[in-house]
Amino acid sequence: MIYLDNSATTHPLPEVLESYQKVADQYYANPSSVHRFGSEAERLLQHSRNQAAHLLGVDPQEVIFTSGGTEGNNMAIKGIAFMHQDRGKHLITSKIEHPSVMEAYRALESLGFEVSYIDVDRNGIVDPKKIVEAIREDTILVSIMSVNNELGTVQPVQEIGNILRKYPKLFFHVDHVQGLGKINLPIKGSGIDLCTISGHKIHGLKGTGALIVQKNVSLFPLLHGGSQEIEVRAGTENLPGTVAFVKALRLNLETQQQSLEELKSLRKTLWNELSKIDELVINSPEDSAPHIINFSIPGYKPEVVIHDLGEKDIFISTKSACSSKQPDVSAVLKACNLDRSRTTSALRVSLSYHNTEDEILTFIDALKDTIKKLQPTMGR
Amino acid sequence: MKFDQIMVRYGEMALKGKNRKAFEQRLKHNLSIKLKAFPNTKITKTRGRMYILLNGEDPHEVMAECQEVFGIHSLSFAVKVEKTEEQLKEAVLLAFHDAKDARTFKISSKRTDKDFPIQSADLNPLLGGHILRNTDGAKVDVHHPDVEIKVEVRHDAAYVTAQDYPGAGGLPVGTTGKSLLMLSGGIDSPVSGYLTMKRGVEIEAIHFHSPPYTSDRAKQKVIDLAKELSRFGKSIKIHVVPFTAVQQKIHREMPAGYSMTIMRRMMMRISERIAQKQGILSLTTGESLGQVASQTMESMNTINEVTNYPIIRPLVSMDKLEIIDISRKIGTYDISIRPYEDCCTVFVPKAPKTKPTRENANYYESSADFSEDINRAVAETYTIEVNASNSDQESNEFSDLL
Repeated sequence: MIYLDNSATTHPLPEVLESYQKVADQYYANPSSVHRFGSEAERLLQHSRNQAAHLLGVDPQEVIFTSGGTEGNNMAIKGIAFMHQDRGKHLITSKIEHPSVMEAYRALESLGFEVSYIDVDRNGIVDPKKIVEAIREDTILVSIMSVNNELGTVQPVQEIGNILRKYPKLFFHVDHVQGLGKINLPIKGSGIDLCTISGHKIHGLKGTGALIVQKNVSLFPLLHGGSQEIEVRAGTENLPGTVAFVKALRLNLETQQQSLEELKSLRKTLWNELSKIDELVINSPEDSAPHIINFSIPGYKPEVVIHDLGEKDIFISTKSACSSKQPDVSAVLKACNLDRSRTTSALRVSLSYHNTEDEILTFIDALKDTIKKLQPTMGR
Repeated sequence: MKFDQIMVRYGEMALKGKNRKAFEQRLKHNLSIKLKAFPNTKITKTRGRMYILLNGEDPHEVMAECQEVFGIHSLSFAVKVEKTEEQLKEAVLLAFHDAKDARTFKISSKRTDKDFPIQSADLNPLLGGHILRNTDGAKVDVHHPDVEIKVEVRHDAAYVTAQDYPGAGGLPVGTTGKSLLMLSGGIDSPVSGYLTMKRGVEIEAIHFHSPPYTSDRAKQKVIDLAKELSRFGKSIKIHVVPFTAVQQKIHREMPAGYSMTIMRRMMMRISERIAQKQGILSLTTGESLGQVASQTMESMNTINEVTNYPIIRPLVSMDKLEIIDISRKIGTYDISIRPYEDCCTVFVPKAPKTKPTRENANYYESSADFSEDINRAVAETYTIEVNASNSDQESNEFSDLL
């Protein structure tokens, strides 16, 4: 099997699964229980939080464990909007955000908030100046993703953060789910108030992740109940998942340090090989994140291409998994002003640190074969 | 271009006359402990200043660490550049952009190297003009600038110094002796320790542990608090006193109204003994007048009777809210509010005497002999040492899981 859909999810590492199982088996006490067994679970949770904070360069009390990217994004966006609506009801985001950001903003619109959706350029990049132009007296939140999940475009998040510092009344939220472990983004010092990360994109488990919330930023909780996670997220902590997530985080950041250049060169090989195929046009910018390439085969229905590759045990995707069940056009590519023949025929290959050059070359051969095979019915 | 050094200015320390050298030595030592995590940094000393050469380490991360070191009045980033117009322009722009919220600036140039072709008076408008051209909304204000950028053209090179960052003030920890901090786990005592350290005092902590009335979580709280405090000095020893037997005896044999007063007196006696053993000459507490029953004038007088060691009480005149502000600032608040029983809450009588007297306390104590219990508590006291830098690695028990 050749798995090239790592932006959808990743294969959990054996070490991570091992941690999960051990914790679920040996530390099943409720961290909030008063007894010693509970206190051990609580200490393990605290250690996980300390380690996550240490790895991310933030303070332990700034780490709120969540069930993943969607929860983190919703918690940040709705949490700020509900908490600070008396300051203003205007919000800003871009046109190429992940559905968990986009739909959260749409939901807020239905509650009387006003949202400015910022245009992107041909490569999917947000111009910081356009954000500044959109800022009003009553703006309370800006959300920009660090790496686009469909294109791999890297946004100038640090530049935007530095500009937004001059507006102390608004908060800056970054969806860093695709960027974590692939690009360097120091959360501290980049003007970021809230930052979403997820476990299953870095070889952890589904249902794990964190929202980093800078001190002095208050949120309206999505979940009320107990006083877990500084009273922002009630509910008994998912200790096995959390420990597994933090372990995956450590392993991933270590791998990033050692193998980022290899991943970049793998993507370069992929890029070079893809650009040799005449029927195909690459949509991602050349200097994007090191793990994503998006391309279109105009005239070819992406789903059919995927199924044919699937027959050969090779797995890639159309746009993002989270929006792939919606028909036809990729909203992200449309926002980049690509023509319809491309927005309706886009495919995404997403790599992990565990892919090899052999796999890439096998995939290329298979793709060529598929294109040839489907040509009689589609390629025109 | 990046900042390549941090300039350190002393505060009060500069006034120390003959002892100044020792103060400087200690500051340098304390800084070097703090900068262990940045192995490439190097500290150099010149007349009345220190410089931290960054050698590639992240300027802002190093700055954040240095800001926690007592004895420093203020710090600035600086960059050493070649004596060319281009390099100087780039450096002043860097300095201005680093000052995040600054809109107005002033450039103060000095030219020690008289061979440098541009005169100081011409350098200011030249470099200022470069900032104005390259920054939206920047303005010159020579009287009250948000940031003053200093440029010095010397013989070896030119130096550009950016905005001031505040230091922690006070005196370098270790220059004014040692004190034994009575650390309960509440909000006050860590703040008290912090303020004592600010005056250059090295701290050891003493904690009274009464299992099963108080849990390991309460003890862990104290360990975590000491870790936070150790950020401002070096490692901290915590002397953990097994206090259960003494407390039970007080509860059993002393009148309820006086049990709190007498418990405090026992703590004082034990603390003094531990201090003596460690060669420590004073005790520090988090007492603040009027806060609780044990902190009335009468209580303090009665409790204080059993020791003639100086007791440092930095919080004595502070309001609770001021104390909470500091505890948030130094990172102890969130630990202090963890809700576990401690030895001051379990045995609290319904109606503690707010106006105890020495006579009564002595009278009640004379009816039971505590000396054996105190001896045993002192003998069984054990010591834990914590420091901030090992906090994440220190306990290996979970390392296979994480």
